[in-house]
Amino acid sequence: MRIELQKRANTSTLFSILSPLLALALTLVAGAIMFGLLGKSPLGSLYIYFVEPLLDVWSLHELAIKAAPLILIAVGLSICFRSNNWNIGAEGQFTIGAITGSILPVLNPEWHSPLILPLMLVMGMIGGALYAGIPALLKTRFNTNEILTSLMLVYIAQLFLDWLVRGPWRDPQGYNFPQTKSFQPEAVLPEILDSGRAHLGIVFAIIAAVALWFMMRFMLKGFQVSVLGQSERAGRFAGFSAKKMVWFSMLLSGALAGLAGISEVSGSIGHVQPVISPGYGFTAIIVAFLGRLNPLGIVASGFVLALTYLGGEAAQLSLSISDKVSRVFQGLILFFVLSCDTLIHYRIRLIVNPSAAQEGKS
Amino acid sequence: MTSSEGVEASPLLSVRGLTKLFGSFAACNAIDLDIGHGEIHALLGENGAGKSTLVKMLFGVLQPTAGTVSLEGKPVVIPSPGEARRLGVGMVFQHFSLFEALTVAENIALSLDPKTPLAKIAEETATVSKAYGLPLDPSAHVADLSVGERQRIEIVRALLQNPKLIILDEPTSVLTPQEAERLFETLMRLKAEGRSVLYISHRLEEVQRICDRATVLRHGKVTGDCDPRQETPASLARMMVGTEVAEVQRADAGAFGDVLVEVADVSVAPRTPFAVSLKGISLKVRAGEVLAIAGVAGNGQSELFDALSGEYPIAQDDGIRLRGKPVGRMKINQRRLLGAGYVPEERHGHAAVSALSLSDNLLLARSRSDKRAFLAGGPLSILRRDAILSASRRICSIMDVRKSGDDPAAGSLSGGNLQKFIVGRELDRQPAVLVVNQPTWGVDAGAASRIRQALVDLAKAGSAVIVISQDLDEIFEIATTIAVISDGRLSDPYPAGELSLEQIGLLMGGIHEAHSGAEAAHAH
Repeated sequence: MRIELQKRANTSTLFSILSPLLALALTLVAGAIMFGLLGKSPLGSLYIYFVEPLLDVWSLHELAIKAAPLILIAVGLSICFRSNNWNIGAEGQFTIGAITGSILPVLNPEWHSPLILPLMLVMGMIGGALYAGIPALLKTRFNTNEILTSLMLVYIAQLFLDWLVRGPWRDPQGYNFPQTKSFQPEAVLPEILDSGRAHLGIVFAIIAAVALWFMMRFMLKGFQVSVLGQSERAGRFAGFSAKKMVWFSMLLSGALAGLAGISEVSGSIGHVQPVISPGYGFTAIIVAFLGRLNPLGIVASGFVLALTYLGGEAAQLSLSISDKVSRVFQGLILFFVLSCDTLIHYRIRLIVNPSAAQEGKS
Repeated sequence: MTSSEGVEASPLLSVRGLTKLFGSFAACNAIDLDIGHGEIHALLGENGAGKSTLVKMLFGVLQPTAGTVSLEGKPVVIPSPGEARRLGVGMVFQHFSLFEALTVAENIALSLDPKTPLAKIAEETATVSKAYGLPLDPSAHVADLSVGERQRIEIVRALLQNPKLIILDEPTSVLTPQEAERLFETLMRLKAEGRSVLYISHRLEEVQRICDRATVLRHGKVTGDCDPRQETPASLARMMVGTEVAEVQRADAGAFGDVLVEVADVSVAPRTPFAVSLKGISLKVRAGEVLAIAGVAGNGQSELFDALSGEYPIAQDDGIRLRGKPVGRMKINQRRLLGAGYVPEERHGHAAVSALSLSDNLLLARSRSDKRAFLAGGPLSILRRDAILSASRRICSIMDVRKSGDDPAAGSLSGGNLQKFIVGRELDRQPAVLVVNQPTWGVDAGAASRIRQALVDLAKAGSAVIVISQDLDEIFEIATTIAVISDGRLSDPYPAGELSLEQIGLLMGGIHEAHSGAEAAHAH
């Protein structure tokens, strides 16, 4: 007996909708088994992990705070991935965006002007875009692999941030803690509701998602993205430039990652410190794929992945297990999403013996 | 019994009621087929008639839904190509599966028992290739070989397994007439040894010459089982397409207008190690003229197309002129704005993106030239889906593109229908200049005739048409002027009436390489 994958004549619409849900279900099953093996009650643990965080207003705000950078980064990445440019370094662009966006409040703590916040956001976007421009330049000039270059640049960005906050940017009155002064109130991203901490970041995320969805669906630019992503040769025939697309997609995703970085620092943290992200830039890759590389799907999947962060914190407190569990869940989700996507293009057939295969047609 | 005389009591291969369903679509429907010992059996049919599905089932690539296959009277199940080889069935595919960077012997070793040492394989290759008149150097790199030589590798690879039945899928479509001649000699030798050949082709003359029997398929069913020598090409074609294939009405020679395309001494260095350089190409095409560029694949056709289309612009701006304007450095869309249209050879991933819908694929070629009709919103460039879709529908109905659904993915169309769409997409603009590379490659007879007629009509209406083709029948059918490309050099143009098949064959293989010229001469 063997299992065979048979290519479908057409992609299955049913499974392209069902696949992410199936992946989530399988993740829950695998998670329950994992909790069981850790000696915790599987259902109780899943409840604490995935349901409890949704039950009070405070956590819903936290969910929005964590979803905002994930969605912002992931919608940018979706354009990259659709155009066949594999930007894996969003974490680095996030970090550099946070740094360049923080230049004004860190160096001019006494500047109290309503201009400061828009300028910070713009500088954050420019910083992220320029940093993503490095792999773009290397790819278009020297044909280097952007997966490697963008990934390696992440570590450079993180170490640069570390050096900044321990060295030149350290708050002299900060009791030697490696962090900058807290930002002046004008430099802090305002909260959207009085009931909690959620700030404008989630609004930016949703605007970006809708705008890019519109671009992909209705604009020639979006058409260029999908043509070049599927066949560079056909793109050349259409007169679209693959090099320009490398620049466009990398700069766009870098700018959005940079915006996410400065929003996080300005809205959630309030100062710059050595670690500003629990891996948003990498988790956003999962968000992008779980959302089927569709900007609107990404809004939904961003909240799902944000929940794994919150659940991880809750599990640490109530179940006293490591918050690394959230990483395990993120890995499981990506694994199951990619496997379930196979069902969109293939059907599974069980072949008991070759002659039975003839009746095995479904 | 349908077997012919001179065949032993039980045929080598006997197929009864073989059926393959894809979903509810029957690609093969209750096929019966008998192949005797030492018989060359032709399998004829249009694209999509079920020929490939049938041979894939015989070679174990696909499993039948119903029906039986017997080899020498014993019913067999062929679960995989490996098992097919073990049972004595060998196959040479139309599209070769060879690694260009490896040598001949290494490529052959890949399909054999992994334990056999390479030296032994090289030795056997040399022996077998000599014995069957298929000269091959086992240590040559595949990248350096011609298409004919590559095909020999595939045939030798099949012969090394000592098969009783060899399936050849359109073997001559890539060969020069002289190379085809050699292949026929090899087939005769195989036949004399008592091996059988299942020969898939759409070239009726060939089939009549070398095949003992023919089975004709249409829409997955057997529509004819005959001795091809007793039939006329017209009667065979009728069995294949159901109706008489329309004869192409050619344009009159002599009534040509202004020069619309002019290429003057263009040389292009190869872009990749496996590309061919263009060497001093010159040509002129006037309004009303159909210039056909003949040649065996891989002699610079795609490089010439790239230069003409502007997908890879060339260095000398005045090397190429479109309607008098120098365009050498212009990109493809600027040239389209000057009235040029292009149809590349490869449908999937070059002329069209398989996963995108037909209307998207229409936009692919015309986003710039039909900007006013297809785009709105100024700098935002919003797509006008309704306009694109109605243009796409118009093209489908004019070109008789058969499809499932209103706007299906390009990949779901058969080769012929997609090609009709891709050609129609350009004709719809009434281009002043049309450059087409291999217009009917892998396209069924009905669609091919339709496309050829459209090209001739376009020229009659006053456009200049360049057709790059390997199909000599096609070239003789539509060209007013013929030139031959070989190793990146283009021959002088000849009026279509003044060239014989033999002369073209010599130009295709003989001008530039002394040894292949000698080989070609030897074949006579």
